[in-house]
Amino acid sequence: MSADTDTTNDNTPHSAHDAEGETRRDFMQLLASAFGVIGGALAAWPLINSLNPAKDTLALATVEVDISGIPKGEAKTIMWQGKPVFVRHRTEEEIKMAEAVEVQSLTDKQSDKERVQRPEWLITVGVCTHLGCVPVGQKMTDTRGDYGGWFCPCHGSHYDTSGRIRKGPAPKNLAIPPYEFINDTTIRIG
Amino acid sequence: MGHGPRDGFDNPIIEWVDSRLPIFTMMQKEYGVFPTPRNFNWFWNFGAIAMFMLITMIVTGIVLAMHYTADTKLAFDSVERITRDVNGGWLLRNLHMNGASFFFIAVYIHMFRGIYYGSYKGPRELLWILGVVIFLLMMATAFIGYVLPWGQMSLWGATVITNLFSAIPFVGEEYIMPLLLGGFSIDNATLTRFFALHYLLPFVIFAVVFLHIWALHVTGSNNPLGIEPKGPQDTLPFHPYYTMKDFFGMIVFMILYAWFVFYAPDALGHPDNYIPANPLVTPPHIVPEWYFLPFYAILRAITFNFNLFMLAGLGLLAVFMVEFIWRYKPKYLSGAQGILLLVAGGGLAVFGLLADFNQTWAIPMTASTDVPISAKFGGVLAMFGSIGLLVVLPWLDSHPIRSARFRPLFRVAVLVFTLSVFVLGYAGSQPSDKVYLSACLGDAQACEAIEHGNADHIEAGHEPTVLALDNTMIAQAFTALYFSFFLIILPLLSRFEKGRELPTSIHEAVLAKKQKAGA
Repeated sequence: MSADTDTTNDNTPHSAHDAEGETRRDFMQLLASAFGVIGGALAAWPLINSLNPAKDTLALATVEVDISGIPKGEAKTIMWQGKPVFVRHRTEEEIKMAEAVEVQSLTDKQSDKERVQRPEWLITVGVCTHLGCVPVGQKMTDTRGDYGGWFCPCHGSHYDTSGRIRKGPAPKNLAIPPYEFINDTTIRIG
Repeated sequence: MGHGPRDGFDNPIIEWVDSRLPIFTMMQKEYGVFPTPRNFNWFWNFGAIAMFMLITMIVTGIVLAMHYTADTKLAFDSVERITRDVNGGWLLRNLHMNGASFFFIAVYIHMFRGIYYGSYKGPRELLWILGVVIFLLMMATAFIGYVLPWGQMSLWGATVITNLFSAIPFVGEEYIMPLLLGGFSIDNATLTRFFALHYLLPFVIFAVVFLHIWALHVTGSNNPLGIEPKGPQDTLPFHPYYTMKDFFGMIVFMILYAWFVFYAPDALGHPDNYIPANPLVTPPHIVPEWYFLPFYAILRAITFNFNLFMLAGLGLLAVFMVEFIWRYKPKYLSGAQGILLLVAGGGLAVFGLLADFNQTWAIPMTASTDVPISAKFGGVLAMFGSIGLLVVLPWLDSHPIRSARFRPLFRVAVLVFTLSVFVLGYAGSQPSDKVYLSACLGDAQACEAIEHGNADHIEAGHEPTVLALDNTMIAQAFTALYFSFFLIILPLLSRFEKGRELPTSIHEAVLAKKQKAGA
């Protein structure tokens, strides 16, 4: 084979008289590099994946809450997955306010019905959807913003009594965590 | 490195080492006789000062790490223990936390020097880009380091900044955030990985600094005149001339640094960070460290969505810039087509912006759910873009003259740009709805009512128009100025600025100056 005569010339690219051997070598080089890249990525994956939430962190994903002690008009803060969750006992007036809003006029269009299981209980993640601050408005004496729900002091987002964004920079409504009523006074979040 | 011919050393031990590993020859070549332009001014001290600060940070940091505990339950107390109980711990901590500020001061002056005297221009583009890489790594390291004391500002600053990544479409919220935080919120997993990275990154910085200096020693230094040295009459050996000058500048800088360390160690920080982190209570006013403020202002300035009209308009304007300004002669388009591009692009962009502010018009594709780039993501892009522009600066400014001394228009532009960075820094430190000036037009009685906070009592149909200049508007105006410096002013100046006549050589300019001063 002509490749034999070419062994001394291994490092010279484009040796014109042996185009066939060069193509073969190029292909092998490409193949080897490709395997190197794939192997590198596979080796890196366990390292990167170890940085994802660990099993014990994931195991903290549910909490049970006794809601019997929350007076009307007030809310309780619960820690769930390291984040505050607001459980608000809404007054008749607040429910009416939330239901009366025309959905089409909202930034993030959701009716109050879609956001609650039982109208007197609003359960929402207490993290502003703008940049993650905790809005104020848990107590009746707090500043609750222009719409009677919550007010985020960081960049001035106003939420209504359904936890929907009404004014300010936040793009979305306060998130609703997955939850269920175990009985009338206990809920399970997560 | 170190492969050239060796002169040899008289000391037998040095000679023994050097003949096997020519490290002494290299030091002699790169730091002893290294030919350096003879006309440096004090601005050229800040590279060496930044190096000194990096070493200070690494040395104090390594010792602090021996006393620190990266655990959410213990971190705050371990830092307090360093300050109160560890022998001299207060000094180490004050050196480290003020050192971050002074490192940034040195680097910002170093960067200003680079821009003002055109040091980023060929053949030093890669040297400049490595510098931008160092700057980005410094920002990451400083941000992560500020989280470690686990105070209120640590937690909430980190919350706000890591939430930026949730703005990345499709993958941000679901995949990137949990991977970054190691959980559902900033917690123990986040703190431990931040500590590991805070220990690692300074050594990465050190490696890139090595490349930065290597590249510098290939091209040689720029100088205040911005012309290349032509021979030995234009240069001085680095030692002792510039070792001494750098040393003197360093001492002056250290006096200022020491003053902060000993007399005002907390002046540059936030009192809120002495409250232990509490994930249930947000501080009323979250502010990053001072060195991030201009970029924070740019982040917050984008309060509007980018809808398709705006993106199309900006795209057309970009085509105009490339075709008519960056390319000296238009290649594809005629003058009339250029004007059409300008009008159509500008019109579309303004229309898109107005449509975003007036949602009641209900223009299709402008509702906040239908925009390709939301305000939040737009802010993130603008903030990273503001630093990304530094990377391409050598190509945005293609003017053949380097130094602002010989470019009167560029000089004004750079000073206005610098001022705009300071204004942005101030805007970043203030609440976004702070009102600086307001004027009330219309019914005098109604205006008075508003002034006294009785807006409810105004009769219908008598509502006055209130014009207010708030902090967001200031930030928006100066963000526009910041970006137009890079994208409009520099390309225009590269093309149209004539510039002054350059001196023929460095030594002639130096001697002429000396004669003038003597006369």
